Amino acid sequence: MIRVQSMPFDSGGELNTFSSGVAGVGAIVSFTGVVRDVEGGLSNMIIEHYPGMTEKALEAIRSEAMQRWDLADILIVHRTGLLEAHESIMMVATASKHRKDAFEAAEFLMDYLKSRAPFWKKEITLDGADWVASKSEDEDALSRW
Amino acid sequence: MQVLYFSWVRERIGVPREEVQTNAVTVADLVSELREREERYNVAFADVSALRVALDQELVDFDAPLFGVNEVAFFPPMTGG
Repeated sequence: MIRVQSMPFDSGGELNTFSSGVAGVGAIVSFTGVVRDVEGGLSNMIIEHYPGMTEKALEAIRSEAMQRWDLADILIVHRTGLLEAHESIMMVATASKHRKDAFEAAEFLMDYLKSRAPFWKKEITLDGADWVASKSEDEDALSRW
Repeated sequence: MQVLYFSWVRERIGVPREEVQTNAVTVADLVSELREREERYNVAFADVSALRVALDQELVDFDAPLFGVNEVAFFPPMTGG
């Protein structure tokens, strides 16, 4: 399942729902990204996205992972709009018969979500607001797949 | 065609989307045309190596043809996850 939403979500609850919906699996891996707090003040974040392309890109990333690994299911949840420090930005979960498939697919999903899904983060601290710059490592990370 | 801007590209140009009449053959031609129109475009497109472009919601290179395209989007490298 793929969800893009402005509402906060509870990653623990999402993981339980995901886990109870898959049968015959021996391994479930999940990753949750959270808004970090920064020195000298909590950080807020605004996430802009490209409605329409976002859903297409996420679906393409999900279906590529389903083809490459032996997976029962994948969950992707991504927030947009205004987020506060400590809130969950996004999560992915993978379910498989095998641990290796679940871990690798989760890493693949994260690498592609970072630089191939049209989201842009703006970080707001006491010093002001700035768009988060992409890192060359993020692009390099794709080459291992 | 509809031209969309996101993130700091949107902020520099000042609108999230606009209808653009153009005979540009490729994305690069469209960028050159826009840069000549007004300074705000010239500033936003000063370094296209810092930009990405999507045609009808698919990532492409700047030499991609615009024929038959309805929607062009310009934005910086994505920072999801």
